[in-house]
Order: sequence, then C-alpha cells, then structure tokens
Amino acid sequence: MTRHLPKLPLLALVLLAAACAPKKPPATMEAPPASARPETPAAAPIDRPATVETGASSIVPGSQDDLRAQAGGDTVLFAYDSYELDGEARATLLKHATWLRANPNVRVTLEGHCDERGTREYNLALGDRRANSAKNFLATQGIDVARLSTISYGKEKPAVDGADEAAYARNRRAVTMVMSR
Amino acid sequence: MRLILFTAALFAAPAFAQSAPLRVDINAGLMQPMPIAVPAFAPGNGASTEAGTTTQIGERAAQVIANDLKSSGLFRPLDPAAYTTTVGIDDVLKPDFPAWRTIAAQALVTGTVTSNPDGGITLACYAYDVFAGAEIARQGFVTTAAGWRRAAHKCADLVYSRLTGESGYFDSRIVYVSETGTRTKRIKRLAIMDQDGAGHRFLTSGQNLVLTPRFAPGQQTITYMSFENNRPRVWIYTLGSGRQEAVGQFSAMTFAPRFSPDGQNLVFSMAVGGNTDIYRFNLATRSTTRLTSGPGIDTSPSYSPDGTKIVFESDRGGSQQLYVMNADGSGQSRISFGEGRSASPVWSPRGDYIAFTRMGGGRFGVGVMRPDGSGERLLTNGFQDESPAWSPNGRVILFARGDRSGRSGLWSVDISGLNERRIATPLDASDPAWSPLLP
Repeated sequence: MTRHLPKLPLLALVLLAAACAPKKPPATMEAPPASARPETPAAAPIDRPATVETGASSIVPGSQDDLRAQAGGDTVLFAYDSYELDGEARATLLKHATWLRANPNVRVTLEGHCDERGTREYNLALGDRRANSAKNFLATQGIDVARLSTISYGKEKPAVDGADEAAYARNRRAVTMVMSR
Repeated sequence: MRLILFTAALFAAPAFAQSAPLRVDINAGLMQPMPIAVPAFAPGNGASTEAGTTTQIGERAAQVIANDLKSSGLFRPLDPAAYTTTVGIDDVLKPDFPAWRTIAAQALVTGTVTSNPDGGITLACYAYDVFAGAEIARQGFVTTAAGWRRAAHKCADLVYSRLTGESGYFDSRIVYVSETGTRTKRIKRLAIMDQDGAGHRFLTSGQNLVLTPRFAPGQQTITYMSFENNRPRVWIYTLGSGRQEAVGQFSAMTFAPRFSPDGQNLVFSMAVGGNTDIYRFNLATRSTTRLTSGPGIDTSPSYSPDGTKIVFESDRGGSQQLYVMNADGSGQSRISFGEGRSASPVWSPRGDYIAFTRMGGGRFGVGVMRPDGSGERLLTNGFQDESPAWSPNGRVILFARGDRSGRSGLWSVDISGLNERRIATPLDASDPAWSPLLP
C-alpha cells in the first residue's frame, strides 16, 4: 500500500492528510486524531489517512479503508440515549449494504458505543442496542445475518477525548468493522 | 494518605457521668469527632519477628488503628506528640487516667505486642473510657508476624463496634478497576487492596478490558466482566490461585454480575439481539433462569442480604429507574420516582438501604433510599459520581468520581452524607467493591 508513496517527504504526507481532512464527512472522524497522540506524531498520518486519500488504487478491496472510501465512512451517529437510526445514518448504512453486496466474502462486526454520560452497565446495554440497530438495518437490506456480528463497548472506547457535546456526539456511534480473514 | 475530613462527624456527649457509658452515636447528627488516644502498643517481650521487633510492630499497629478510627470521621486521634510518656505493660493494664484526662482524651486504645514461640505474635487490644476510668473492651489476637496489620484492624473494629453499637468494617478489602491512559486509550486492570490502601496488588495485566468486579460472600472469589478474545462476558477470579474462568457458555454478552448472599448463584444481565434482561446462574448446576423479560434494558441486579429479593434498574418506563422483584423474578415493582434517572442500585448488607446513582441536570450523584423507595437522600454531587458500593457494616458507601478531564478516583461517604473522603489509589480508579468483614 505505501509503496506508492516512498518518494513523498514526511512533511508532504502530513500536509496532504491535513489538507484532505476537512473534506471528509463527519462520520469518518472517529479515527483517532493524530494531534491527540503526541507520543506518536507521525505514525497515524502515514499509516491511515495518507493512503486513503491518495486514491482507490492504493486501497485493498474489501478492506476497512475500502469500506470507508466507498461508503464515505464506517460510522453512524446516534442522539443522546437513542438507538434510532436517523436519515443520515440510514443513508450511510445503505452504502454499507451496497458495499457488502459488492464484497460478498466480507464479514463485519457492528460495534456499538456510547458517550460517557451514562452509567457503565446501562451503557453496555445501550451499545448493544445501537449495534443491533445497525445490524438489523443491514439485514433488512438483504445482507445475510451470518456475515453480521455485534459487540458493545458501552462507554469504554470513545472515539474522541473530550467532555463536551461535540465529543459526546461523535462517541455515540455504531461502527461497521471489517473482520480480518 | 489523604485524610482530610470535609465535615466533623457525630458522637454522644462526653461521658463525664459514671452512669452514662461512653458511646458514639453515628446517627445523632453533626457533632465533633471523639478525641481518642492511641499510643504505641507496648512490647510484651523484646523479641524480633520476621515483621520487625515487637516494639516496631507496636508502633505501626497503633498507627493503623488510629488511621482506621480517624477515617470513619467519628474519632479524632490525638497527636502522639501530645503525650510524652512511653506506654509500658503496666500502663496498658492500669492506665493513668488523670494523665489522659489532661490531654482531653475521652477514650484510650492501648495494648501489647508479644512474640510467640512459633514465630507469630499476640496483639492484645484494650479500650478504656478515660473519664469514667473504666475498661470498655479487651481482646487478644493471635496471628503470624506478617498478620499484625489485620490484628490491628480487628482491634480498631472492636473499638468502633463497642463505641458505636455497629459492627466494624476495618478488617476488609477493596477490589476495583485501576485505570491509566487517555480516554481513547484507557487501560484497565483489576486491583485489590486492604480497606486502608495497604497491600495493593494488581490481579490482571491490562491486556483485556475488565469491568465491575464484585466479591463473593466468602471473599475468595470475585466476579467481573472481561472483554477477553473480544467476547464480553462474565468471569470469576479465584484469589488464592489467580485462576480465571468464564461463566457459562453464552453466545450473547453477559455483564453486570453479582453473587447471591449464599454464594451459590450469580445474577447478571444478558443482551440478546439488542434486548437486555436479567438472569440467574446456578454455579453448581450451571443452569440459567431468566428473571425478567420484555423489550426494556433490565440490568444492575443486586440481592437483598436475605436473598429473597433483587433490586435492579430498568428503562421499561421510559428512563432508567429502580425496581424490586422477588428472587424468582415475580412481583416486579418500581420503587424510584425522584427527578432524573436512577441507576446501578446496590442493596446494603444490613438490608435497610439501597444505594444508587442519580443522573440529572448534567450531574451525577450517589444517594440512598429505603427498599420501598421512601426516604430518598442524595449524598454526593459531582461531574460523574457513580458505582456505589457498601462497607461491610452498611454505614459507609464507596463510589467512583470522574472529572471533566477523564480522570477518576475512589471516594467514600457516610450514609449520613458526611465525611466525604478520597481513597488513595496508585493510579486512577473506578468500579469499587468492598469485601465482607474478613473472618
């Protein structure tokens, strides 16, 4: 994957990733922000965003990056204490269903997550509801449930650090994760 | 050790009159903690043990006892610098009460440490009413030399129980989840320590996400939740051997486990296809019984101490509220009707209260109510106070307090709402559980 890039200097890669970031739809922003990880300043831009943004030719078909690129993101967001899929979430999951039909050998895990403003055990149950909302939607689109599993992380694995509504909104999510084969 | 007392606590009037026995009334309301002297325990002989000389053990034991009593908020140990004389065996058996009165000690805890031929020690514990000049209690504890700390805790429990009329809670342990890292890279490990923070050790490596440890009534096992192999489910940890075993063969996520008071069953939640209900698992027969049904989230079950009822939370009425049912799942009825949401209920080991987490107005607090839902009182108020756990005597509540930066630690508060204190842990901490009193 990265062999297309060896001649690009590191700085250019970082700039490329940064320049492309604002164009990404909000749903893809669950990737850990490189700026929040000062101990590994360069690793994240090289490994993930740069390869994604350099074009489909560098993306392995059927991979997580492929899902993100083809469907415009791998994440759908939920309102506070809700597991209802809104219009935007359904539109994203429709693209996931299309992508799953195009990649019939791929199995995915639907991860359910919550913001931190709930009690721990309730949030495990709420995350399970969110994961199953996404799973059930894909099933209604004709995806074989044998290809779909779920897991809830409750509030244990937030996508972004922070204690404001902007952070909480991005942490209330279901993520379609391609299972390694 | 942080021992800041946020408030003074409660106790009875000084027992100047011989007719009124010295007593701490823990329900009397806001009063001053009782001044108490805990001089270094006298060496019964001069021998050395594997835990130090009897003199050294006597000094440390007095510190442990004074620290225990102080942490309750009911006692104010006097600064040892206030009394200059070293206490000898004669002083233990026949204290100089007028001298103790001059420094305004109302109670005196003293004793001896003697090494035994088998290498162990005997810690003799004496408590006196200084103004009455009378003995309150005495008891001897025979233990290994390394067990001196537990003997000291038992001495503190003796004093506490004689002066309050309640059973003690100092000879006990706390299991909790130790946390490090940022919110998005949090590493969690099970950890255990004595009630006063001594003997801290980690039980798991941090490789797997672990949550919500709780003691079995026999204290030798702990049930908890682990995400090992990306299969979130209930586990049991055996303290002696370090053995970890998954509970049952469930394809769905199991979580929120607690033991029944007889230790023969677990109750926990299982999430099947987006629906969470409560189940009972018999540890001997491995049979599973479903206790709740319906589309709501039913979780956080906790038995009454007599094992006949279970309190739990459910959002079946629209938001998280507390419900009580019979242990077989029958007779489910809602008990919480306060503002906001009520969650994570825990039945007191005395049976008289249910502790819970209250969410509302952007704040999280810990409160108590009677098992019928009456007498609700909020005890704490924080950015994120949750996960209450009871002391073995049902008079103190441990909880986790999180802040906006993502840090979290353990705190305790009396059921009166007084004596809110930070419990020191080496790293961040959450999900505390208190053991029963050790045998």
